[in-house]
Amino acid sequence: MIKTDVVIVGAGPTGLFCAHQLGIIGLKCEIVDNLDKIGGQCIELYPDKPIYDIPALPQCTGEELTNNLIEQIKPFNFKFHLNDRVQELTSENENWIVKTTNGKEFHTPNVVIAGGVGSFEPRKFPTKSAEKFDGTSVLYSIKDKTIFKDKSVAIFGGGDSALDWAIELSNTSKVSLIHRRDEFRGAPASVKRIKDLSEKNIINLFTKYSIKEVKGNGTLEEIEIKSEGGEIKILKADYVLGFFGLIMQLGPIAEWGLNLDKKTIPVNTENFETNKKGIFAIGDICTYPGKLKLILSGFHEGALAARGCFKYARPNEKYRFEFTTASNIIKDRLGVK
Amino acid sequence: MAKIIYIEHNGKEHVAEVQNGLTVMEGALQNDIPGIDADCGGSMSCATCHVYVKEDWYNKLPKKEMGEDDMLDQAYEPNSNSRLSCQISVSDDLDGLTVHMPEKQV
Repeated sequence: MIKTDVVIVGAGPTGLFCAHQLGIIGLKCEIVDNLDKIGGQCIELYPDKPIYDIPALPQCTGEELTNNLIEQIKPFNFKFHLNDRVQELTSENENWIVKTTNGKEFHTPNVVIAGGVGSFEPRKFPTKSAEKFDGTSVLYSIKDKTIFKDKSVAIFGGGDSALDWAIELSNTSKVSLIHRRDEFRGAPASVKRIKDLSEKNIINLFTKYSIKEVKGNGTLEEIEIKSEGGEIKILKADYVLGFFGLIMQLGPIAEWGLNLDKKTIPVNTENFETNKKGIFAIGDICTYPGKLKLILSGFHEGALAARGCFKYARPNEKYRFEFTTASNIIKDRLGVK
Repeated sequence: MAKIIYIEHNGKEHVAEVQNGLTVMEGALQNDIPGIDADCGGSMSCATCHVYVKEDWYNKLPKKEMGEDDMLDQAYEPNSNSRLSCQISVSDDLDGLTVHMPEKQV
């Protein structure tokens, strides 16, 4: 069990800057994110795309913005819990008990939801029949590649994950690669390698095909794929892998008893608290009249939410506003003279 | 201004007058038409504003720019008539454009 002043859900730019503001006012926080890296949408969706509307930064990429924000909160040594997702939120006395998928438990008076449009989850096959094999022989990520040795593996997708795994697994497995069009979005070198392997009949390549049916009695036996023109092929398969990128799902947040407006959480604009005491929402996930889904708005929301957290974390102290340019206490916290 | 017809997967039809310069995605959102999520807000990074456009109109639309097809790979049940509605800019020429929404976006 970890006791802290604030749990931040989401390590995107908004969550990171809120952490900075918490550090500045002397509060501790723990940051949980479902992704395996820090940065949220900035790092997952557009690490290389330039952003032009961060105040005082005429241009920076999603990755640069993330790295700068990480640098900015370094003095506070906050702990990140990546590859983990906040699952359950329950109240006990004046505290929230926050439980994660990996079994971590936090006790805190404040939770700041900076979850963007929700957590990133792999996009799954639309086929109903794929569901009953989900997690056993229909997979969307690979934890242990040895299970595929000497097996027939059907890989779907046209990006780097699909291509890289097709190349890698073709060493030890019978690989089919299936993609809905004949252009791939993976690295040119990988695309070339796939075409070579296909010409040498090491990989079975099917373009302009998509999945139709997954079949098997208990264990997966074969799959049907369908061309644009409606032609159907049957492939033997022990495993089916889908790499269609990630989608954003609100996930367990929807079950925490918060007011919701479509996929967003209404907040007040004084401190971005939700309808629950001590639960704040900032960034893309919150809504209020005039809400703009800009990173800069998320920064502002995070700064005010941090002050909102103060009164629950330090009920016997009065919050005093100070400038970073002038305050010796803040300079101490930042480790500068 | 163009009249855009949005047809939900269940066949329900919505007609909206959309201003020139807005995207087909924005037209749906501003008129509370269900079926288009647009999670990323139009930055072509999420594939949740996916629509199907039948051939007659598909061929009249400005061609897809780089990256749209890559994103469509990650959409729900894309086919050769798929477009991202955030990439279709409305003009007078598109008056009467009909788009069909997929069963779901995620």
